[in-house]
Amino acid sequence: MNAELVDSRRRRRLVTGMLLAALLLSALGLMVGSEHLGWADLGRADAQLIIGRIRAPRTLGAFGVGALFGLAGAIAQGLFRNPLADPYLLGSAAGASLAVVLVLAGGALLGRHVGSVNLAWLRQLGLVTAAFGGALGGVLLTLVLARGAQQTLRLLLAGVVVGVVLGACGDLLTTWSPAALRGRQTFMLGSTAFLDWAGVGWLFGGLLLALPFSGRLARALDALSLGEDSASSLGLNLPRLRLLLVLLLALCTGLAVSQAGLVAFVGLVSPHLVRRFAPSAHGFTLPASAVAGGVLMLAADVLARGLIAPQELPVGVLTAVLGGGYLLWLLHRRGAMR
Amino acid sequence: MKRGWLGCSLLLAWLALLAVPAWAELTLRDDRGVTLHFDRPPQRIVSLLPSLTEAVCALDACSRLVGVDRYSDWPARVLKLPRLGGLDDVQIERTLALKPDLVLMSSSERVSERLQALGLKVMVLDSQTHADVQRTLVLLARMLGEPAKGELLWVAIQQQIGSAAARVPARLRGRKVYYEVDPTPFAASEDSFIGQTLKRLGMGNAVPAAMGSFPALNPEYVVRAQPDIIMSGRAELATMAARPGWSGLRALRQHQTCGFDTAASYLLVRPGPRLGEAAMLLADCLAALPPLR
Repeated sequence: MNAELVDSRRRRRLVTGMLLAALLLSALGLMVGSEHLGWADLGRADAQLIIGRIRAPRTLGAFGVGALFGLAGAIAQGLFRNPLADPYLLGSAAGASLAVVLVLAGGALLGRHVGSVNLAWLRQLGLVTAAFGGALGGVLLTLVLARGAQQTLRLLLAGVVVGVVLGACGDLLTTWSPAALRGRQTFMLGSTAFLDWAGVGWLFGGLLLALPFSGRLARALDALSLGEDSASSLGLNLPRLRLLLVLLLALCTGLAVSQAGLVAFVGLVSPHLVRRFAPSAHGFTLPASAVAGGVLMLAADVLARGLIAPQELPVGVLTAVLGGGYLLWLLHRRGAMR
Repeated sequence: MKRGWLGCSLLLAWLALLAVPAWAELTLRDDRGVTLHFDRPPQRIVSLLPSLTEAVCALDACSRLVGVDRYSDWPARVLKLPRLGGLDDVQIERTLALKPDLVLMSSSERVSERLQALGLKVMVLDSQTHADVQRTLVLLARMLGEPAKGELLWVAIQQQIGSAAARVPARLRGRKVYYEVDPTPFAASEDSFIGQTLKRLGMGNAVPAAMGSFPALNPEYVVRAQPDIIMSGRAELATMAARPGWSGLRALRQHQTCGFDTAASYLLVRPGPRLGEAAMLLADCLAALPPLR
């Protein structure tokens, strides 16, 4: 009873802390950028444009991207019962990056040989849609190769194979069209610079769909954490549940990747953060990991904009440094405790 | 005498009329096929591509530039302008704060779409060949309100290429050049604007047009092609013989090579108004090659 009370207090403290951090970082997000804007500037039209149409959607969008990655990471780690599982595990990263290269290289290759009229559809498709479709396509290919979500190990191996093969296809395309190399590189590093209000709409729409849905699957993840046999003996239809979890994972990752590229480490680290401060059932871990991911991404975005302003660092580099540093610290502490 | 004065003043008046740019509303199509409408010539221009920065300056409109990308470095005065990042990591906020009435860039879907959505006028221009450079210069000149200057500039470039060609020793005509853009190795084929310049200088090319403009090559290909002359960055050239099998390349053994320093390499790989200068650079190197024994 007492332990439960302590747990619930820790949970409350974690949630309050994260929400406060999110508010503070959002305020900072509106203030930090390449242009120095003071209170006096707020009346100016260009300052309003910068804050209202660049910084505000970017700040909210960064939170949304991080939240989707955090949720996807928590799902992946629960699904594979492995704390090192990451949202990109099932081929979504390689699929998205291949689709991006296809659009970039398609523009460059076809541009020379075909009239520009035929390219209209490629342009309209855009990188965002392509990345989303690619991420989903990668995961679906993994599912096909693994013959559904019957076996976890099979799923993981198929994910690795799809990741390697699609990655190689991307490399092949950039050899033919070096022009696509630069765009691919930017996509792989991740960026929040292009988030607009439409993107924010998609991200939060996705979150609104995914969070309640993941809540309904949380008990299945709890059962899975006891082991597959125990979960089956509880009467759960494991293949179906796994399929639903994989699809949710793909949707979250695809949406986040399409808006901000392959941001590293957020999905991996957020569930760790939550479990460390308030170990709990998935009913809490899933939404809390989403908030933790959002806060982490917000912090990285503000730092990316502010550290060497007016220039900007790629946000993926910062998430990797922050997330990697945290994991190292965790390892170090565990080593010291032994 | 009086008549002479009258004639002179009439001539001056006519010249003054010519000098006043005749500007009517203008509608132009950029390389995406997007139609752009101009009520007046743009006065605050951001250029996100070095060759376009150079073109604006070569058309005497350097003072209208308010910001450039991080690679624009010619003419020296653009170094003082705000730097707005590279093509794929443009500082959108800063670009907007400069209040440009036109952004010039090469194609990068995400950036152009985002800038346009924020209310900026974006013109996308991509040059791959000499013909593209001519078209771009003429288009830019029209847009800047100086329509005559585009063709004039192109004629000057052609003259420069012509005199560069005259400098190339006759003994070298038709010799196959391998121009390495990047040690991966990527080469400039006959089809590229560099290949076209070499052709105008009377040179052959070790990489045929069929392979694409800047194809990635198997190093074997170069060994087999045995180019007569090798051109590349100076640092790459120094270590080229150490590549497996390349020590046997005739051009390397007989010092039939042109190594360019960084500034020269930048000049050579930009399809812009300094094409003529680039041709001169190539011709000077060719003229200085030691005669074959």
